Amino acid sequence: MTAALPLLDVRNLTVEFATRRGIVTAVEQISIAVAKGETLGIVGESGSGKSVTSYAVMRILDRAGKIANGTVSFSGIDIRGMKEDEVRDLRGREMSMIFQNPRAALNPIRKVGKQIEDVLIRHVQAAPSDAREKAIEILRQVRIARPEERYHAYPFELSGGMCQRIVIALALACRPQLLIADEPTTGLDVTTQKAVMDLVVELTRERGMSTILITHDLGLAATYCDRVVVMEKGKVVETADSAIIFKSPLHPYTQKLMRATPRPNATLRGLLPEGEALPNPIPAPPANDDAAMLLKVENLVKEYPRQGATTSVFSLFKPKAPAADATFRAVDGISFEVRRGESVGLVGESGCGKSTTSMMVMRLLDPTSGRILFNGEDIGGTKAKDFAGLPQRRRIQMVFQDPTDSLNPRFTAVRAIADPLLRMGGLKGGAAIRARCEELARRVGLPVDLLDRFPHQLSGGQKARVGIARAIALDPELVILDEPTAALDVSVQAVVLNLLQDLKVSLGMSYLFVSHDLYVVRMLCDRVIVMKSGRIVEEGPTERVLAAPEAEYTRELLSAIPHPPV
Amino acid sequence: MSVAATPAPAQASAAVATLKHARYIIGENPVTGVAFGIFVLLALAALIGPFIVPFDPLASDTAAALNSPSAKHWFGTDQLGRDIFSRVVVATRLDLGIAIFSVALVFALGGLSGVAAGYFGGWTDRVVGRLADTIMAFPLFVLAMGIVAALGNTVTNIVIATAIINFPLYARVARAEANIRRDAGFVQAARLCGNSEMRILLGHILPNIMPIMMVQMSLTMGYAILNAAGLSFIGLGVRPPTPEWGIMVAEGAAFIVSGEWWIAFFPGVTLMLAVFCFNLLGDGLRDIVDPQRRT
Amino acid sequence: MLRQIGKRLATAIPSLIGVVVVTFLLTRVLPGDTAAYFAGPAATPQAIAEIRAKLGLDRSLPEQFVSYVKDLATGNLGNSLSTGRPVVTEIKARLPASAELTFLGLFLAIAIAVPLGILAAVKQGSIIDHACRMVATAGVSLPVFFTGLLLVYVFYFLLGWAPAPLGRLDAFSSAPPEVTGFYLIDSLLARDLETFRASLAQLAVPAITMAVFSLAPIARMTRASMLAALASEFVRTAKASGLTPTTVIIRYAFRNALLPVVTTLGMVFSFLLGANVLVEKVFAWPGIGSYAIEALIASDFAPVQGFVLTMAIMYVALNLLIDMLYGVIDPRVRMEG
Repeated sequence: MTAALPLLDVRNLTVEFATRRGIVTAVEQISIAVAKGETLGIVGESGSGKSVTSYAVMRILDRAGKIANGTVSFSGIDIRGMKEDEVRDLRGREMSMIFQNPRAALNPIRKVGKQIEDVLIRHVQAAPSDAREKAIEILRQVRIARPEERYHAYPFELSGGMCQRIVIALALACRPQLLIADEPTTGLDVTTQKAVMDLVVELTRERGMSTILITHDLGLAATYCDRVVVMEKGKVVETADSAIIFKSPLHPYTQKLMRATPRPNATLRGLLPEGEALPNPIPAPPANDDAAMLLKVENLVKEYPRQGATTSVFSLFKPKAPAADATFRAVDGISFEVRRGESVGLVGESGCGKSTTSMMVMRLLDPTSGRILFNGEDIGGTKAKDFAGLPQRRRIQMVFQDPTDSLNPRFTAVRAIADPLLRMGGLKGGAAIRARCEELARRVGLPVDLLDRFPHQLSGGQKARVGIARAIALDPELVILDEPTAALDVSVQAVVLNLLQDLKVSLGMSYLFVSHDLYVVRMLCDRVIVMKSGRIVEEGPTERVLAAPEAEYTRELLSAIPHPPV
Repeated sequence: MSVAATPAPAQASAAVATLKHARYIIGENPVTGVAFGIFVLLALAALIGPFIVPFDPLASDTAAALNSPSAKHWFGTDQLGRDIFSRVVVATRLDLGIAIFSVALVFALGGLSGVAAGYFGGWTDRVVGRLADTIMAFPLFVLAMGIVAALGNTVTNIVIATAIINFPLYARVARAEANIRRDAGFVQAARLCGNSEMRILLGHILPNIMPIMMVQMSLTMGYAILNAAGLSFIGLGVRPPTPEWGIMVAEGAAFIVSGEWWIAFFPGVTLMLAVFCFNLLGDGLRDIVDPQRRT
Repeated sequence: MLRQIGKRLATAIPSLIGVVVVTFLLTRVLPGDTAAYFAGPAATPQAIAEIRAKLGLDRSLPEQFVSYVKDLATGNLGNSLSTGRPVVTEIKARLPASAELTFLGLFLAIAIAVPLGILAAVKQGSIIDHACRMVATAGVSLPVFFTGLLLVYVFYFLLGWAPAPLGRLDAFSSAPPEVTGFYLIDSLLARDLETFRASLAQLAVPAITMAVFSLAPIARMTRASMLAALASEFVRTAKASGLTPTTVIIRYAFRNALLPVVTTLGMVFSFLLGANVLVEKVFAWPGIGSYAIEALIASDFAPVQGFVLTMAIMYVALNLLIDMLYGVIDPRVRMEG
């Protein structure tokens, strides 16, 4: 970039929030510049202050927050010193913003076309007479099919990806010079993510706009940004061109973040920061029937009543609807197997049926039809609510997606870990149970003095460890991992993934690993199953599937995952 | 539950934390502290009131009828010369008693059936839901009038009527809270740990709902007091000469137009303070239990 | 559209069935002898037997229920013991008085509470906000009959602004020719400003009493749901698009905040219809509430039963109206089914 005046120039910005515990500095003395036409990535983990920075630039901090120091200038105008109604004229017209969770970002009870009109009319880009026409034109520009119809749609009638296009349409309606995209694709599937990001890039390039992309995903930043700013705990730790920063990161935090990001050729140990390599675990003595079948699923089907089928008292009076078109198959006749000591990945986008499958194997959900054989015995016949009483219960355990949600808020860590021991462990006496819990805590790397804390007093990574300790408390043979790291920052994810792998080796367990991320699956799993619309589209050894995918859908998935240059 | 698995230090530290939080809430919101003060006074009046009042609440003295408040009769006297202060204090036990019994009754019935409805769904849910809906189809006070009129004009029936009209509130709150937790991660995890459905309901879900139910109880205490007083104001339930706030206001109503305000005023203000106190305590409790729900 | 309305109407049927069953149960499945109850305290055994036969109480419960429903369908709620007149006639004559009072009270409450709630939420932490919270907490704690008496004491006895709390009109005015039964409207239709003024004077204090009572829950809910709406992500988007504060507050936040407020109205109606009884007693208002109280005191059960039934049916109808209003505001509800 040349010495030309940057479009946005943030200098020594400090943002503070008044909280119950006094003033908290969210962003401290940061300086960021965005040139005309440039795409800048702001990367950081949760709590790094990246979103707060963008709110400060737009001056939409909530009531508790304020800019305590520094300047923000936009094409040479001082934004911090502007009157509120002057900034309001800039928002939407000169600089605009798109948010994560697009559905919540739209007014739920106003037609999307009307919402676009509101912005157009506000900034005098359209008169009430031609606003509708212009709104439809903008919908067309963001590739909304049948824009005349969609104009009348409400957000709840549109998919997540479609809602994000509407939000983009809102942001770009008045042809601003700067677009701030705050985690625009978090929560969207990878293929949708790619489509949305490609659209943003295309539209902004075409109009010569500058873009700030705020993300936790280094891969995303590497794929779409010219320059990257790395933030940690409210401070900028490194700024460089993306080509340079991913090849030779200078700051230790950037290096750590880079290593922790799953990429095509990474190994599990390679995710950990240098110098923190763990010793390799001692493998469990191989069982006699080592390669024996542990789990065999045959023609598993789960049907749900279609949405809109009412459950009110009136359904009592109505004749029963014919079953065929009133149901929808979340899982449509799938078969697979897991051998002893094996890790199998179950991969697919949201709604593909992978979670439903895992819940059925877990025996938390009753299948509509099909068989689930565990150690050769059919466990699918027992009702989910009675399964707790069966001896197989302790052999199949699970690690949940959200470590916070999966811990009872009123149980201490030790009480949570002790729960399976108390119900099925056969251990007598509080002291024995306590001792076992402490042993488990050490196993999963949870400091023993944290055992008496409640979930809200633990960090995300610590909660994940409690969940893992609980799952392995009874030495299960099969553990289902349901996106166990999806709610964690990448650096924590790296540690947890390594822990899971070590536990598997040293305890001789089998894993069924449910995930949307093929690169994560690659590091942990021997075999992978790719699902789409309730069916298996491809299955095979992980290396083979990733290197030479046979199904078109697998190829699409792989190419959609953004990753840092190797 | 194993005691050893939840060692005492954890509970003690949790208790200390809660106390600290409570103190913070009161510091932040002194009104809650005031409400607690009123609550203590009311409790005292209910417990030892009859033994410390200066006059017999039933003794009439026609010579001293309709006296305005004075040093001898702090709240004045009524048309029969009875000391209003003594009557107001003695009435506390009856008024709070009705409220406490009805709230306890509805908490047991409505709370439990609501939790079961939310957790099990299916026909349990339909039966409880239909019951609640039917009660809700009536304006609640009007239904209470009808119930007392039909069952008979007694204090017990006031308690029952008040409990019945509060049933939907409890059942709905408990149902909603149980329902959102039905498939929460920690409940699924509890299933994996081998807990039976009943144990999950009582050991995992109920303790998590209790704080919200406590708030609900405090808030409905006020409503129960108002409801009982309203019923006796129109001549149902409690009968003269029994001292009760609603009746006392009703008796004083005739004298308002001629300017003898104190007969209705003091029992009315006490009634209002009692309700106010429980509402504020409920709000304060809600802040302690769930800071995010502050309004 | 018609189908939508039909569906909503259908949702009220279970409630109506419930109401009819409960009112039936209240009269028939009672401890004690209903006939003796109906006959009054001074009846001879022979008279009681006659009444039992006349009421059909010697027949089986299902038979009684059928004839009860038949009576209801033909608009027969029985006769009042003390006046001897049909309950339906009395209720019909008195209903407009109650309705006028209730609706004016509710109208006043909404007119004050909704703007107050919005202002409090927009200016969170300001004096208006504190005032709103005070009103909300104090308002729900005030026994409505006590508020009424206080207002009578202040406005009638001390200030002399209001007339004596004795009914819908003072002794010097006569009722306007009946069109709607609402004196305010009827007197205007008859171009009788004198009567309009007189009935407004009588109505003002009781209506304010009702308003004070129902203000609190509406203000509280408006404030809470406005706060939630203002903190929502779509309001943030609207702000980030530079929309003006008026647009953001009214078109984006308030329209969404309206949904819970409308739901609250159902509960407010429930309270209001109950409070109506108490307020009518305080102001000697000749509505159905005082009719019910008189009957209660005379142990005259037919009017009480008729009263409970009328109130419940009105309430079901009001809830239906609220349901439809909800459908108008929220497209998500409209699209369902």
